[in-house]
Amino acid sequence: MTARLSILALLFLSAAALAVDSEEPFEDPALQARYEKIVAEVRCLKCQNQTIKDSNAFLAGDLRREIRRMLLEGYSDDEIFDFLVERYGDFALYNPRMSGKTLAVWIVPGLFLLGGAWVLVNIVRRRMALPIDDAEE
Amino acid sequence: MWKYFVPLVLFGLLFAVLRSGMNDIIDGKNVNELPSPLIGKAAPEFELPSLADPSQTMGTETFAGGPAVLNVWATWCSGCRQEHPFLMQLSESGMVPVYGLNWRDTLPEAQQFIKQLGDPYIDSAFDGDGRVGIDWGVYGAPETFLVGADGTILVKHLGPLNGAIWQEKFMPYLVPGE
Repeated sequence: MTARLSILALLFLSAAALAVDSEEPFEDPALQARYEKIVAEVRCLKCQNQTIKDSNAFLAGDLRREIRRMLLEGYSDDEIFDFLVERYGDFALYNPRMSGKTLAVWIVPGLFLLGGAWVLVNIVRRRMALPIDDAEE
Repeated sequence: MWKYFVPLVLFGLLFAVLRSGMNDIIDGKNVNELPSPLIGKAAPEFELPSLADPSQTMGTETFAGGPAVLNVWATWCSGCRQEHPFLMQLSESGMVPVYGLNWRDTLPEAQQFIKQLGDPYIDSAFDGDGRVGIDWGVYGAPETFLVGADGTILVKHLGPLNGAIWQEKFMPYLVPGE
């Protein structure tokens, strides 16, 4: 039984080990760290919901190469994100930048959360205000 | 009655917001097509080897000064084969100069492709590593751009071109006097 379970667990783990990026890692570990972070935040537009880190598409490889080049040339993370958004739009980033258009995406869920919390608080308050008799059968 | 009012209003608002998000789907637009941030901006300059004569170059300078269609194509792209007959028609009509951007191909394959199927382009620029494609926000072939006389990108269409799409998306910019 445990043998079967372990094999099953291992099978699930192996699926996550796909290494798509065949390029050499940067010599500078700081650059490599920035590269990994950036590449996990850029959407592969061709593939709908994969990052360019995970995707095999032409575009993903091209963009990874471009980002490498920019990191080696000394561009900042923000400049790299700007470069991508200028060409591909806000949708290119998984964490959209703060701007008039994307403000709604960031704020609305927060508003819903607050609204829901307020409703919940009110319901609880009302229940607590009821005489104890009502809580019995 | 009052306690129903607020939730009802909130529901109404939510419904309105979500329903308006569906407008594009209802209109039959391709919702997987992302709006290009380059519309209305100057076409990114480039100069690449020409497919007709690789010792020469072709680029934004080549089609500057007049409206032009830049069609991004590749030999491995089935949509490009699909739209090829229409591109031939468009080019033959002489309505607007048609140029190609050959994306992520090898030179011999690209040249072979147009020799076999026919060349709808006045010339194609060879973008083997896709570097120019990135500047134009290309993420899949075929893509077709309409560049205005002043060098601004007017239209970008993702996917194979046909008569209906040409009429609806591109023609409005080519009406005389525009």
